[in-house]
Formats: sequence, C-alpha cells, structure tokens
Amino acid sequence: MTTTEVLIHDLVEKHGKSRNALMPVLQGVVACEKFLSEEAMIAVARELDLSAADVYGTASFYTFLDTKPRGKNIVRVCKTISCHMQGKDAIIKAIENHLMVKVGETSPDKKFTLLTANCLGWCHKGPVMLINDEVFPSVTPEKAIEIIEEFAKKTI
Amino acid sequence: MSKYMVNLKINNTPIQVEEGTTILEAAKLLNFRIPTLCNHPDLSVAGNCRVCVVEVKGAKLLAASCATPVSEGMDVNTNSEKVRIARKHIIELLLSEHNVDCTKCFKNGHCELQELASEYRFGDHIFIDLVKDRDKVRDISSPSISRDASKCIRCQRCVRTCDELQSVSALAVVNKGDHQYITTFLNKPLNDVVCTNCGQCINRCPTGALYERNYIEDVWQAIYDPNKFVVVETAPATRVALGEDLGIETGVRVTGKMVSALRKMGFNKVLDTDFTADLTIMEEGTELLTRLKKALVDKDDTVKLPLMTSCSPGWVKYQEHMYPELIDNLSSCKSPQQMFGALAKTYYADKINIKAENMVVVSIMPCTAKKFECNRPEMRDSGFKDVDYVLTTRELAMMIKQAGIEFDKLEDESYDSILGESTGAAVIFGTTGGVMEAALRTAYEIITGNEVPFTNLNIQPVRGMEGVKEASIKIKNTKPEWNFLEGVELNVAVAHGLANAKQLMDAVKSGKTNYHFIEVMGCPGGCIGGGGQPIPTSAEIRKRRADAIYAEDMGKTIRKSHENPEVAEVYKEYLTHPLGHKSHELLHTHYKVRKRY
Repeated sequence: MTTTEVLIHDLVEKHGKSRNALMPVLQGVVACEKFLSEEAMIAVARELDLSAADVYGTASFYTFLDTKPRGKNIVRVCKTISCHMQGKDAIIKAIENHLMVKVGETSPDKKFTLLTANCLGWCHKGPVMLINDEVFPSVTPEKAIEIIEEFAKKTI
Repeated sequence: MSKYMVNLKINNTPIQVEEGTTILEAAKLLNFRIPTLCNHPDLSVAGNCRVCVVEVKGAKLLAASCATPVSEGMDVNTNSEKVRIARKHIIELLLSEHNVDCTKCFKNGHCELQELASEYRFGDHIFIDLVKDRDKVRDISSPSISRDASKCIRCQRCVRTCDELQSVSALAVVNKGDHQYITTFLNKPLNDVVCTNCGQCINRCPTGALYERNYIEDVWQAIYDPNKFVVVETAPATRVALGEDLGIETGVRVTGKMVSALRKMGFNKVLDTDFTADLTIMEEGTELLTRLKKALVDKDDTVKLPLMTSCSPGWVKYQEHMYPELIDNLSSCKSPQQMFGALAKTYYADKINIKAENMVVVSIMPCTAKKFECNRPEMRDSGFKDVDYVLTTRELAMMIKQAGIEFDKLEDESYDSILGESTGAAVIFGTTGGVMEAALRTAYEIITGNEVPFTNLNIQPVRGMEGVKEASIKIKNTKPEWNFLEGVELNVAVAHGLANAKQLMDAVKSGKTNYHFIEVMGCPGGCIGGGGQPIPTSAEIRKRRADAIYAEDMGKTIRKSHENPEVAEVYKEYLTHPLGHKSHELLHTHYKVRKRY
C-alpha cells in the first residue's frame, strides 16, 4: 500500500465505512496531503464502496477540498467586500511579488500556494489572511510577508 | 389501514387524493398537464428545474409541484399570470445556457426543452447567452454514447438514472452554483470510466446532451455500395417498440412491417437475431447442463455456479468492472447479436456464395451497449469484424422516415431464410425473465423428455417487473443419461436493471444463495426498456411492450428453441453439436477484468 492508501485506510478505520464518513475522510486526506489526488479519490471510493465520480463530485463542491496539487502551506486571502475595502489587493500583490506566483499558483519550492477565499467571517478585522488553519487578521503587506517568512522557516 | 385522504382545489376544481400525493400527480388526475423537465416517473424527485411551479393561495413563493405534497384545503392555480411569467422566465433561463442549435441536433424533434419552447413561442431572447465555448466540447470517445455538455440543462436525470437504476454512478454533479456541471470522474472520456454503455441516461435526458453514437450514414453508404452485400438482423425487442417512433401506438407489434421496411430500404437479406437467440439457448442450455454434471457427478469444485447469462453487453461490462471475481460465472456464449455476425460471415456467406469480405452485417438493436460489443476485439472470429454496425431502434425509425416509407401502410412480410426462422422462446429474450424461461423450456425437456410443468409453457414465476425474481423447479422422471439430476431442485434467479443485479450479485457473493442459473439484463424491464428504444420510457410503457412480446410468443407455432428447424439444420450442416469445435470457435468468447476506478 502507498502512504496515501495507508492514510485513507486509517481514516476509514476511524470514521467508518458509511456514506457519512466521506466528508471527514476527505478532510483528513486534505489535512495531511493538502489536496485530493486522483489516487486518493480512488482509494476513498474503494474503501467506502462509492463511485469515483461521486467522490470527485463531492470534493469539487467544497473550496477547501482541493483536487489540484497544492504547496505545503496554503495561503488564502479573503477577497470579499469588507477585506477588499480594507486593502486586500495590496496584500495579494505583496505576496505575489514575494513568492513570485500569481493567485492559484504554487511556488517553485512547493512551500506555498496562494489562493483567495470568500468571506472568512473576520470583516471587523480585515484584511484577513488564512494560512492552513491559522487566521491572521488586520494584516499589512509587510506583516503578511513577515508571517509567510516565518512559515517558510518552519517548512522543510 | 386506510390512507388518509386530503381535499384540495386545483384551478377551482375540487379533488380528493391520498396523503403524500404531489400537486403534480393530483393535477394529472384532473387532466391538467403541468410541464416538467427534471421530473421522471422512474426516478426520485429532484425539484431542481422549477419548470413545474404553481401558485398556492396564501403561500409567498411559487411551489415546485413535483416536490410539493398536497395538503388539506390547498387552493392551487397551475396557470395564473404569476405562474405563466415565472415559467416563461425559467424556460428562457434554461435556454440561455443551452446550445440552441436545434436543427443540427441529433435529438431534434425528440427534445423536451424544444417542445416546451415551442409551446411558449419565445421571440427574442431576454437573457444573455451563457453557453461558453468551453462547453461546446463533445465527448465522442465511446462507441455507444455521446455527450454534448453545451446542451445540458443540469436536470440531473442522467445522474439519478446512473445511480438509482444502475448503481454505476459514472456521471456525477461537480462544482456548485453557476459553475456546476455534469461529468465523469476527473472529466475523463466516457469510454475510460465505469460506464456500461447501457444508454439509460439517453432514454431519460430531456435534451440532446446525451445521445447514441449514430451510424446511420455508414449504413446508407454500405447499402448504396454495389459491391457490398448488406445483411440485417433484428433483435426481439425492436419489433414491439419501433412503431412508437413511427406514429403507431405503444405495445403494437410491427414485426412484419419492420421486415418489409428493411427490404424496401435496400438491405439484401432481412434476417433475425431471434434465430441466434434460439441458438444461444442450445449452447447456453448445454453449458448449464455440462456445468451441473461436472459439479454434481464429477465433484469438480472448480466449476463456477451459478451460471450467469451473457446476452446483455451492458451487464457483461458491469460484471467486468464491478465483480471481476464472478467473471467466470458468466456463460462463455456470445450474445445472439454476435453469434449471428460470426455465423453470417462464415456459414451463411459460404451458403449463399458471397465473399465474407464483401458482406456487411448490420444489427438493429434496442440497445446502445451493443455498439460497444460489436467493437470488442474478441468479436472477430469470422476473420472479419463479425457485426459491422449496430443501429438503435430509434436510428432505424429515422432511416425509415428518411427513406420516405409510409410505415403504417406497409404489408407484413416474412424474414428471409436461412437464419430467419425463430421460435416463441427466442422472442421472449426481449423482456426480463425471457432468456431464463426459454432456457428452462429447453433444458427441462432435454433432461426429462417432457415439457416444462407450467400451463401453456408459460413460466409465470420468472415473468413480471419485480426487480429480482426467483423460481425453483423440481426435476422429475429424468432420462437415464440425466439421472444424476433426478429430484434435484433447480434454483434460478432473474434480475433486470443493474441496481437489482448488484443486489443479486452481493447475495451470491455472500455465499448464502444456492442458485444454479441466473439471468441478468442490464436495463430495467430487459431489452424492451433498452437504452436504444424509443423515448419516452416508463413502467407503463415497458409493461405494454412486454405484453406485446408475450403475445408474439403465444402466436408462434413453435415455442421451444430446440424445435427451431433452421437451428437443427445449421447444426447438421455446419456446427455438428452444441459446444462442439465449431461452436467454440465462433459462438463462444471470454471476458476481461476491467478497472472499477
């Protein structure tokens, strides 16, 4: 078994084989691998006795269940109106320049993927940035780069 | 327990219906037709297209009548100003994301969206055209089923069909909101995923988003080519459904008219797949008895029982994908279509002095999976492609119209001979339980010398539309050579529609069943409900076609496959005996394990 298959096997042990287990299993895979590869979706389908198309359909519905390869850290900048008015464009620009990527792309060292997100519920403290599961409110372009650099150091 | 009754008014007409009835169903009882698109009698309620909205007095919003149950005192209006405006807008919105190239569409004239548009006679479009160029990509990877995403209105009938009726789910809904669309796993070509080619999605697609890969022009070219000798074979279930596409009532048999039309179209010989259905019974019946003997007398524990029928190519491919561990339970017999092709280009070509390379075999089928089957690399045992083109019942109807033949005025004609004679046992192959019944009629008589112990040979327990049917027949008074079967209870099961097949296969896999023989047909109702049959389909329509099949059987003078004189002649002149050397070479095949994912 590949590491992905082992991971999924363990997740299914934990969450069970019912249809209800599909979401937590997919979330578990994304937590470890950052995205759902073809191999992962097939393994989940096999373990839960579902069709692969069904798993893909479910995954594609949720923004946070990515089906495209992602870097080790996923940076999401809120793009909705409050954060827009509080300067999210400058944040994105700064990160793009720093990582030398465009929104949707992954840095050549595979450490970061830059994405935008819909409202993260921090309108009172925008602009807001999310790295993996961690929220960073009221960021400035300089602060955003600083935070990203810290993550870069922690990431092998 | 008596059901609770509900009183309501629809368009000021009072009606009393059972609790749980939808507004749509209640309106139908009063002969008020409410238009629908995502709704289908064979499928669960989706309520996503909103075309069926009605106004319920006192309610703030319009209600989707297909998904709203009636309630006491309800006052419904199906044609108020508010309803009409909303419905027009809904249809226009659907049209705004539909590639409206109706005149070029294969479903032209058979499209529910087109019908609705024609009812409402829209002038200029009031919404902007949302069909994007990227949507205009057709998937023609499959030899059976084509997909055109630009025609899809996302009603999800196909998704529900593939899941609820077939347990395959090759198609799914991906993304959300205005990015939502219907596709396969990771947008792979249909030919590369678990699709069984059954075509049930085509039967239920309200637009031209799903349609059969058609070979109409190829067949005309073959007919026009003076160097080609074009032989046509017709499946059992086409003769009870073709009329529906040519202005004849559902359930009316058109066998003789169909033969006459095919001859007028220019086919050189009009022959019958029913002939090879009888031949299948000889081969498969013998295979069953051989397997039983090996298991019961020789105590050979490698013998795979229950034996499973292999006539339905949708079912065969399903088994190859889903139950590879049961693949050796499938009968090695080719389907009647392929047996026909292999015999036509060998025995028959010799007999009528035609070079096999100049012969073109066309088969008229109620099926889209047959198009895939004839392209399988195993199906070239004559040295050529055994069956060249497969046309659905629908395609044949189109060709008859193109040829300018007034179908309803045709005189009945008979099939050519040889390979044209058939029995009642062959005809019933066209409906669920038919192959089983035909096999039992013959096998029982081979073993005992007596007719199968059912009134008029009609084996009622395997008939009808129950999803999984079972029967047991006690074998009594065997002939000496079959005395090992004396007193044996022969257990059989029949399933139709792949969701039912899945249920049966899971039971077989659990080891708790003791079946000897299983018939599975990939489509609901068997071939009469096939993916190549006239649209629409419903339980009622399938029942009427099945009744017509049984009527055709009762009308036949010979009703047992082993009594077909032409089958006897072919064995005498060519094949020698069932499971003989020639049979193995031409009439049997093998299967391949396919990926489920």
